[in-house]
Amino acid sequence: MAKHRGRGMAAINYPIGMNLGGDPSQALVHSNPSGKFTVALSSIDLGQGMKSVTRQICAETLGVPVEDVYVDTADSDTGPHCMGSFASRGTHRVGNAVMAAAREARGVMMEAAAEELEVNASDLETDGRGNIHVKGAPHRSIAVKDVAIAAQFKQGKTISGRGIFLVPLSEVDPETGEMSPATCYAHACLVAEIEVDDETGEVAMVRMDSAYELGRALNPKLVEQQLVGGAWMGVSHALYETPEPYYPDPSHGPRDFNEYVMPGPGDICPHDIAVLERPAPDGPFGGKGPGEMCANPVLPAVANAIFNAIGVRINDLPITPEKVLRALKAQGGARPQARR
Amino acid sequence: MSKTPVQFRHNGVDVAVFVDGGANLLTAIREGVGDTAPKFGCGQGTCGVCTVLIDGEPHLSCITLAEAVAGRSVETADGLKNGPDLHPLQRAFMEHFAAQCGFCTPGMLMAAKALLDKNPAPSRAEVVEAIGGNICRCTGYEPIINAVLAAASAGPGRQRA
Ligand code: FES
Ligand code: FES
Repeated sequence: MAKHRGRGMAAINYPIGMNLGGDPSQALVHSNPSGKFTVALSSIDLGQGMKSVTRQICAETLGVPVEDVYVDTADSDTGPHCMGSFASRGTHRVGNAVMAAAREARGVMMEAAAEELEVNASDLETDGRGNIHVKGAPHRSIAVKDVAIAAQFKQGKTISGRGIFLVPLSEVDPETGEMSPATCYAHACLVAEIEVDDETGEVAMVRMDSAYELGRALNPKLVEQQLVGGAWMGVSHALYETPEPYYPDPSHGPRDFNEYVMPGPGDICPHDIAVLERPAPDGPFGGKGPGEMCANPVLPAVANAIFNAIGVRINDLPITPEKVLRALKAQGGARPQARR
Repeated sequence: MSKTPVQFRHNGVDVAVFVDGGANLLTAIREGVGDTAPKFGCGQGTCGVCTVLIDGEPHLSCITLAEAVAGRSVETADGLKNGPDLHPLQRAFMEHFAAQCGFCTPGMLMAAKALLDKNPAPSRAEVVEAIGGNICRCTGYEPIINAVLAAASAGPGRQRA
């Protein structure tokens, strides 16, 4: 009875979003008379940081401080339409919509400021700290707050903008069936090192090393957070969680966390991550987003590492101790492969 | 069914609630006291989101009888802050990005507080042990472990009177 170490690698391409109906998302941006901006979205932040990133995108596009932007995702009944927070589409699709809306709102804001300063709007710029001034003449300046008040109470203008992002529909080539469902792809490579106990069939994670290319990391801390947590979710899919439906009958499926096992804090391993930034031409400020891809390379890398450790190929997930032991039995014991 | 009155200390304040016979402490806190910091996850003692401290010890409130805390002191994550001042653990959780969806956070904070109150300078293994019964779906645990270690080195957890 022994423990066997193995190392496995996987590289993936991951499409950002999808092409179903053009995969649209909408955003509305408006200022209130205090000079603060609200971004209205129906897109949901479920902890991945969508609100933070769209807030940054809006502030950057408007040229105002990030504290002056509030993202409201309160109500998908009354908010502008969004396909949803899935398919790794949040940063790219929603971000692009927010950028378009903020650009339109900025145009109105600059026109309103031009009227107050009695100059041409094209001669104005924002300082990113809540002021608008004449290019090259910073003393000829007006606060965004005062522009908002003037627009509301004097000029009768709404400082607002509408944005939508729609992917060009991809035609299917009738000859080859070829199409391009996504406009950009993220990439990842991950090496997993594991240890298999050939007596219990248990697989323990030893370490992971990975590289992710995800366009520009618009919020590096959130990207890191998602990559660390997502890789761990990948481990959970690879070794622990049993997907529904259980066959032959869904009633055989797990009912609770006693049966639907998930890794705990004692099961983690060191994970070294390199983030490579290749700004996407059609992404908001070059961002694609880490999305679901952060979990994906872990599964094949772990399966390959198990093969490397004991010489058995297990093709269905999760790779539970029972499957490992059955495979070892069928093979007549562990056959460690060459270490690379 | 008749209700039973239960009195206990909730985050330093005496409270009294009526509970059904056999009701669990989580329901008494969330519905009786109105403190929704402890969450309902599994309801059967396997996820840790309902963790509260009873006389300083961590307990899973979903499988603790409400009547069992009569006359005892219960702490929840809602009692960690002091007015506008966050507890060192709360600050460390923010600084180390130890929450994503945040559902596990109230339980993690209380499990960590129980540890730091007794052991202000825990090892990494002791932190892992202390939060071992708490499941997190989002973070991969690493940021949570780091946050607890950082809170520990930032000074002993603030004791409440
Ligand atoms: S709700 Fe109490 S342990 Fe899950
Ligand atoms: S932050 Fe989502 S479960 Fe822990």
